Amino acid sequence: MEKCKVMIVGVGGQGTLLASRVLGRIILRHGYDVKVSEVHGMSQRGGSVVTYVCWGKKTYSPVICEGEADFIVSFELLEAARWAQFLKKDGILITGTQTIDPMPVITGAAEYPENIPEILKKAGIRTETLDALSIAESVGTVKAVNMVLMGKLSRHFDLPESEWLETIAEVVPEKFISLNQAAFIAGRKEE
Amino acid sequence: MKQLMLGNEAVARGLFEAGCGFVSSYPGTPSTEITEYAAKYDEIYAEWAPNEKVALEACFGASVYGVRSMCGMKHVGLNVAADPLFTLSYTGVNAGLVIAVADDPGMHSSQNEQDSRNYAIAAKLPMLEPSDAAESLSFTKLAFEISEKFDTPVLLKMCTRVAHSQSIVEPGERTALPVKAYAKDAAKYVMTPAFARGRRPGMEDRMQAISEFSETSGVNRIEEGKDSECGFITSSTSYLYVKEVFGDRFPVLKIGMCNPMPDSMIKSFAKTVKTLYIVEELDGIMEAHVKALGIRCKGKEVFGNIGEFSQNTIRKALSVKIPDCVSADLKIPARPPVMCAGCPHRGIFYVIRKLGLTVFGDIGCYTLGSAPPLYALDTTLCMGASVSGLHGFNKASQVSNFLLDGADPSNDNTVCVIGDSTFLHSGMTGLANVSYNGSNSTVIILDNSITGMTGHQQNPTTGWNLKGDPAVKIDLEALCKALGIERVRVVDPYDLTRCEQVLKEELAEDEPSVIISRRPCALLKYVKHAGPLTVDPEKCVGCRSCMKVGCPAISVKNKKAVIDTTLCTGCRVCAQLCKTGAL
Repeated sequence: MEKCKVMIVGVGGQGTLLASRVLGRIILRHGYDVKVSEVHGMSQRGGSVVTYVCWGKKTYSPVICEGEADFIVSFELLEAARWAQFLKKDGILITGTQTIDPMPVITGAAEYPENIPEILKKAGIRTETLDALSIAESVGTVKAVNMVLMGKLSRHFDLPESEWLETIAEVVPEKFISLNQAAFIAGRKEE
Repeated sequence: MKQLMLGNEAVARGLFEAGCGFVSSYPGTPSTEITEYAAKYDEIYAEWAPNEKVALEACFGASVYGVRSMCGMKHVGLNVAADPLFTLSYTGVNAGLVIAVADDPGMHSSQNEQDSRNYAIAAKLPMLEPSDAAESLSFTKLAFEISEKFDTPVLLKMCTRVAHSQSIVEPGERTALPVKAYAKDAAKYVMTPAFARGRRPGMEDRMQAISEFSETSGVNRIEEGKDSECGFITSSTSYLYVKEVFGDRFPVLKIGMCNPMPDSMIKSFAKTVKTLYIVEELDGIMEAHVKALGIRCKGKEVFGNIGEFSQNTIRKALSVKIPDCVSADLKIPARPPVMCAGCPHRGIFYVIRKLGLTVFGDIGCYTLGSAPPLYALDTTLCMGASVSGLHGFNKASQVSNFLLDGADPSNDNTVCVIGDSTFLHSGMTGLANVSYNGSNSTVIILDNSITGMTGHQQNPTTGWNLKGDPAVKIDLEALCKALGIERVRVVDPYDLTRCEQVLKEELAEDEPSVIISRRPCALLKYVKHAGPLTVDPEKCVGCRSCMKVGCPAISVKNKKAVIDTTLCTGCRVCAQLCKTGAL
């Protein structure tokens, strides 16, 4: 926790930006020097997106390179595979099991690889999977996938649940607060 | 209280605290949020101008009146604003004038990765280069001080990783400023040759004075190191990457003002280290300067001049161990950005592709139409180049073919596409050229009623302004007619049959025409959608006809079309291609 680098990856439009803002804000509460690097503009349009959250006593670079991430939180399986080499050797990959076909797969120019979680685990990557989409749906909205995954990530940090819920309330629009908090709690319960 | 702020948000905070009262900008990633955040302060008047040149000239006017002003843009926007920029260096300012320009190394969202620092040198203007959000705030305030103290516009150079990274900021209070009285001064503000010659020597004195200021002002600083085996002169994000790798091991001269450079500091710093490295993204500008001072150093030869740096760039260049990583043996398909499900551009692009036209493209979401399966564009150059480029293409074809066989070709297989905001930015003048010089060009304006790619900014055709108030809505049909185009047609891009019919008719005509393909962006909050389509598996024969439109909401699984109901808006563009009525 003293020094940590977290990557949040997914497909443009999945809500990765909001997830990184929640994480950045809760870390700030604990007095760390935190940086959150975002992606805006063209790549947001259904492309592969990545945000970085880095903290420590002193943080310089806002970006994460290959072999540096303590955690990768992925919203989609192919994106988990794409960014896996950014994990450090004993890093942890948390991924939702949702799949979204990229355009080369839709047009038939490429194939979506099968059994991604198994292949990642075989390669020696500590991989935790969860069906974040179904969990989000069960609490009331597919749009809260990001909070389900943040809930799962939160299990690795020694921070009280109440603080996470307060931070979510600071970041999301008022009418969606309870929905997002419920999604977070559901994700946090996932073994 | 400490807050996390985006670099761009921190610039806006700096504007507020510095008593800036006037902001005029044109949106462009990664600069857009500066102006959007500035607009949230009631104390600041903020507007979207039709283009960067207009915006900068408006800021000049506000400065002359006596109000601190700021103009924000992306790096390529400074090309558009370069005309006023170079002469503003001669006139100087009344109240402070700051130009925030955001570079995009690595081209996350741009058509090139030009280095804006070259403009500071060419226009003889001071330029500040923050590394993070806290500096974005403090340098913005400093920029106004320098502007007024030395009678000069000041450039504030952002880049993607500074603009779009959040870091810790401690906001301060606003200093409200009285209007600085304007006094008529033709020798200062009227740049005729005689007056401009009068101003020119002062620009040299000014840069000399700013250079002396930069030596002692604290904007540049030396950070001691334990080991003098090597040392770094660096700025912006490159400074962060050097520190990430080496911490306090080696001394660093951190440059906050990259033009003019602090020569005395550089000379004394260079004496304290054995090997001097210059670390800067893109061009070797500081390196050339240091070398011109007669100091041996290494820069581009080890770090390169292409793309965005990271801490691994530094490690690789200086043979520091790269962290180990594990990778899985997987072939991973690329995931390029795509036009959204329900995007109104998709239908017209499908028709264009079907007719096999040559297409001059422009800058906006519709640039994504160049990707498979639509392959709809032949060129993309810069804002407005679609209209003017098509004119040149068609005119050259007319002239060449007329010379060869005496026949006047009809230019019946070429069009250009340009968005509503881009047309107002730089397309109108191109259209005036089409009508005035008479090329038989068919111009398609993709009017989605918003500036889309940069994240939904209002423009003069939308009927709303930046502050969210109703505004004059420029009538595109009347505008095109006023620019000399007799034939102006409007189509709904969701109606493929009608689009094809109108396109064929206008291509067949022997005079220029404009087709306005009009439907608001599917992501706009006020746009109501019909709801997702369903596939009738009995009727679907798996022919993949619906896949020709390249919509992210349709795929074919087990020889049947599948609709992603979380994405599909029900635009029915794909359904019009289905031969069996399965959609």
